[in-house]
Amino acid sequence: MSEKKKAGLKELSPIDVYKLLPKTNCKECGQDNCMAFATKIVNREINIDQCPPLLKKENEKAYNQLKEMLKPAVKEVIVGVGDKATKLGGKLVMYRHEFTYTNPTAIAIDVTDEMTEQEVINRIKRIENYSFEYIGYTLKLDMIAVRSTSGDAEKFKATVKKVAETTNLPMILCALNPNVLEAGLMAAPNARPLLYAANAGNWKDMAELALMYNCPLVVSAPNDLTTLFSLAKTMMAYGVTDLVLDPGTFTNEGLPDTINNFTMLRRAACKGGEELAGFPLMGVPMVAWVDRGETAEDLIKWREAYLASMLLVRYADVLVMHGADGWSLLPTTVLRQNIYTDPRKPVAVAPGLKVFGTPDENSPVFFTSNFALTYYTVASDIESNKLNAYLIVVETEGSAIDSGVAGRKLTAERVADAIKASGIESKVKHRKIIIPGKASRISGEIEELSGWKVQVGPRDSSEIPKYLIEKWQP
Amino acid sequence: LPQDGDKKKEDEGLKLSSDLLEALAKFQQIELQDFEMDVKELEIIFEPGLAGQIMPKIKLPGIAGGKPTAMLQTAFVPPVETYPNKITEVKLGATRSEGGTRGRSLIIGGETSPAFYNFERPTTHKPVITLDVFDMEVPLSKAVKMHVKDVVGDPAAWAKLAVDKFDADMVTIHLISIDPLLKDATPKDAVKTVEKVLQAVDVPLVIGGCGDPVKDADVFEAICEAFPGERFLISSITRDMDVERCAKYVKKNGHIALSFTPMDLNLARELNRRLYDFMGREDIVMDLTTAALGYGLDYAFTNMERARLGGLMGDVELAHPMSSGTTNAWAAREAWLKMSAEWEPRELRGPLWEVTTALTLLLTGVDLFMMMHPAAVKTLKDVTNYLTSGKKADASKFAEWVSVKA
Repeated sequence: MSEKKKAGLKELSPIDVYKLLPKTNCKECGQDNCMAFATKIVNREINIDQCPPLLKKENEKAYNQLKEMLKPAVKEVIVGVGDKATKLGGKLVMYRHEFTYTNPTAIAIDVTDEMTEQEVINRIKRIENYSFEYIGYTLKLDMIAVRSTSGDAEKFKATVKKVAETTNLPMILCALNPNVLEAGLMAAPNARPLLYAANAGNWKDMAELALMYNCPLVVSAPNDLTTLFSLAKTMMAYGVTDLVLDPGTFTNEGLPDTINNFTMLRRAACKGGEELAGFPLMGVPMVAWVDRGETAEDLIKWREAYLASMLLVRYADVLVMHGADGWSLLPTTVLRQNIYTDPRKPVAVAPGLKVFGTPDENSPVFFTSNFALTYYTVASDIESNKLNAYLIVVETEGSAIDSGVAGRKLTAERVADAIKASGIESKVKHRKIIIPGKASRISGEIEELSGWKVQVGPRDSSEIPKYLIEKWQP
Repeated sequence: LPQDGDKKKEDEGLKLSSDLLEALAKFQQIELQDFEMDVKELEIIFEPGLAGQIMPKIKLPGIAGGKPTAMLQTAFVPPVETYPNKITEVKLGATRSEGGTRGRSLIIGGETSPAFYNFERPTTHKPVITLDVFDMEVPLSKAVKMHVKDVVGDPAAWAKLAVDKFDADMVTIHLISIDPLLKDATPKDAVKTVEKVLQAVDVPLVIGGCGDPVKDADVFEAICEAFPGERFLISSITRDMDVERCAKYVKKNGHIALSFTPMDLNLARELNRRLYDFMGREDIVMDLTTAALGYGLDYAFTNMERARLGGLMGDVELAHPMSSGTTNAWAAREAWLKMSAEWEPRELRGPLWEVTTALTLLLTGVDLFMMMHPAAVKTLKDVTNYLTSGKKADASKFAEWVSVKA
């Protein structure tokens, strides 16, 4: 793109970093030399604080220069304290293919000050217990948004107190009246919640609260980026520098403005080097619940869920939601995991033997690649048909079957080694392996090297059940 | 300042501090000694690391002078860019006056900015949705089956349902029965099926093969020749087919090639280059492979985003409209599997899986969606209508989310 960049990621070379390092080659950082350290720095695989000589007084200037050079386009803002403190933003790039996205979008679920104590506790438990195992990751929810629906300071304070006692998940305190917000803060003065929000009317009081309690602060200007920028500028001059930007979230006819505002802000930060845009962005899918009229609850949850997913793709760093159902949250949390994976690395699963159902010595043996997409597709086809089988996952460096064969990542040697290493020979009586149809080219070589008889299976694992009925005999 | 374990002080914390700050603002020359006392308090209250973060903010001399008393005004300038290239326009289907028999034709592509960057330029053509119709019984998830169970096995009736009831812009007739491993239906049979669908609906058609490169090539040829001028989208032409032969009969009979490659932009460029020898750019739509949410959607997303940005920046071999086999979302087990109660009902989870896959790719610039579930189709239609409506948000009610009694 022709877009100008300030401290653009692509221009930053290991040499730029190396020049500022102490060049001692002392290996105290664990790297072989300063150049290796510089390369890791540029790839964001290591932090400059891991260079002990750099932390010495005489290197202070270089340290500060490096810090400035490596500053992300979007500031990293920390909400909460302790183990569960959540980092928002810290984005280095606009597009996922440019570099890995840092700090997955935090998802906050709301509680209100008009819920009973037991309702609050139950809801928090539910939020804390949300957990889904996916490719070796546990998908979780991150924060609690405490909303003042009563407008009553004492009620808000009591609810915040209850939340803080019940969970150590970070909070977003939501009240546009500074007196109410202040009451909530008093109940959790050291919890570093995110404050919602400073707007054109209340900014001064909100700024005071943010300073007083050392809290990050949302600045809010619905569909008005000029006011949003003015607010951010004012806050910075006030000394409040941990900001989150809320350009407003709108459903239905408001979708184009919603998507455009988020996109403009992120581009201004990442491509234009615009400091005022360089803060985490807050999306509020729960606006779907405002003014809902007679709309059915499930439909509102559906709308809220897809709005959350769109915002997640278009740069939201934190989302506030009301619907807390498994069916509606699952797609968004899986999408978050997908979007925030490192685009440079193929997603791979660990090689080795996987057991499905309760196989015996006559059960079929398959192999597949360790590309996660391939593995999970095959695994799902075996599992969903309730088959009893062994599946050997061969190390293919994350390549799929066809591209693995073509690119010599999936070779007969690797298959033979995997068969041996899997220990399958002591588990089954037969010596027959069913190979993917797309690996038929290497079937002869596999037989030769492994000593196993090869049966060429279907090209698509969805046909495995049918194949077993027709072709499998131990 | 407030601290844990001291209830009274906690309650008065803000007021006390507020007074202090006001005093500081008023009387800049406050005694340094007083301030030092506060610093000591801070050190006791906060752990050392935290105190270090806070203290620089309480810059005594700076507070009064630095704090703005009125909002500082500044401007926001939309970061508008221009792009050297535009995405090729492709016309799907043909009316009688255009040489076909369809009630209307549809144009996709033509974009001059990334998807829905309406602050730069309006969307040229709204994305189009084609619904799946199968020519024989296929395994369908429960959530989908409940909507089409009366028409399974009757592709003409299925197509009619898709258009009349589910508001499909187009219909894809998947000729599954031609698969040599299934019914091995002949090209002649396939032509008959297409003829029936063509009679039943007047929207443009996508012709889907079975995935066997040899059989598909034969069947596509028979169909292209039987219905010249219809501008069918032939789904799809792949690298392992006889590309020259296919491209020639697609072009000769006035149809469009769907250039399909497996998640690799270099392969996509290469296949498109091979097609250019026989057909124009305006006769090619590309399918870069859609993986389901949770099963590689990240790869699909990044590939498509790169392709679209590349196309706009002048990579003409990628400047084609993009099609997505969004139905692949149903390959994810989370879309159809019965799970424990906390994740149910799957009748909602499944179509939401398809919607999420579709919307993620919509935002990369996909122009044509091949879809399955009526609710997913409805949502994608609504969203694309909203996104291209040119309407403004009503910001007045937004802040109500804080206090709404949901």
